[in-house]
Amino acid sequence: MTVRIRRVVFLAAAAALAVLMAWGFGALPHFGHYRGPYGDVLSRVSVPQRHITDVVTAVNFDYRGFDTLGEEFIFFAAVLGVALILRRQAGEGAGHAADYATGRAVPPTSDAVRVLGLGLTAPTVLFGIYVIAHGHLTPGGGFQGGVVLATGVLLIYLAGEFDDLHGLYTEAALERAEAVGAGGFIAIGMLGVLAGTSFLHNGLPLGATGTVFSAGTVPLINLTVGIEIAAGLVLLLTTFLHQTIVLRRRDAGAVRGVLSRDCRA
Amino acid sequence: MKVLPYAVVIWLFVVGVYGIVTSRNLLHQIISLSVAQASTYVLLLSIGYRTGGAAPVFADIPTSRVTVDPIVQALSLTDVVVGAAVSALLLSVAVQVHKRTGSLDPEDLRRRPER
Repeated sequence: MTVRIRRVVFLAAAAALAVLMAWGFGALPHFGHYRGPYGDVLSRVSVPQRHITDVVTAVNFDYRGFDTLGEEFIFFAAVLGVALILRRQAGEGAGHAADYATGRAVPPTSDAVRVLGLGLTAPTVLFGIYVIAHGHLTPGGGFQGGVVLATGVLLIYLAGEFDDLHGLYTEAALERAEAVGAGGFIAIGMLGVLAGTSFLHNGLPLGATGTVFSAGTVPLINLTVGIEIAAGLVLLLTTFLHQTIVLRRRDAGAVRGVLSRDCRA
Repeated sequence: MKVLPYAVVIWLFVVGVYGIVTSRNLLHQIISLSVAQASTYVLLLSIGYRTGGAAPVFADIPTSRVTVDPIVQALSLTDVVVGAAVSALLLSVAVQVHKRTGSLDPEDLRRRPER
């Protein structure tokens, strides 16, 4: 099928789809007229029942916690999949870990980028921890905070070299952290089963509303999710960087690497 | 403008699929998929929106305040995480395709199955 035919088929299908969607959306409540009732019920019960002021977190990690467990494992499986797909292939060897570009010299990282990157790393990590720890109070939580934490590692790479990351962590440590994070969610869920209630039942003391140590199991789950997401994202980052910076085709010269194939093609 | 949010949803989805169908670059197609998926965020948040409703965070407002729907916001969070996971997987496949064929053009996949 040529691009031209494909475009014609697409335009016909897209027009039909757009009409179908417009028809479907026409039956929805008008924009700005949310009718409930489930969202309203949760907004009413979240604070009295669970002492959680961020209702979105209450939905994700308590009322709908089992779904979030599945969501976390989707991410877990994706990280495993990327690590599997980007493993070292036959005919590839580890080259010198340095930035390179075909046909030109790579300029050194400027001092401004170094200072900014290193200066931002500590505040970024602190902010990530803050977002994870306050997930049940204000917008945030394990997913968001984990991403912010992983950004701290990215800043170190931007401010320095890929080799600088090796002093920070090993891939084995990241994998263990990811496993602890993912397993911790299940372990916290099992507390409910052991207490004779149900999986992921929020049975811990709820504490005073609005304080960090409140909301029972929710901050603990946020912590495990934060660890899992941060470790998983850093593992993704390391895998992709390793792929472009370290791995070289053995037959394409020691330094030129995969880019030299572009020149031949 | 009561129609605008839903019109944006349809536009984002259709234009994203258009990019997937017609693009000749795998990275561009992956980004197009993200654009198509962004329509689901807009749809979810639009359905739960209530004129004058507060954000469903009671840290600094009385619990009697009427809020927008927190459930669709939680679903959007799930959506974003799944979207990131899908993008990461597809990008890793694109890296391997480029290594094997030296090209990111999906047409080349058919032309040169072996390298």
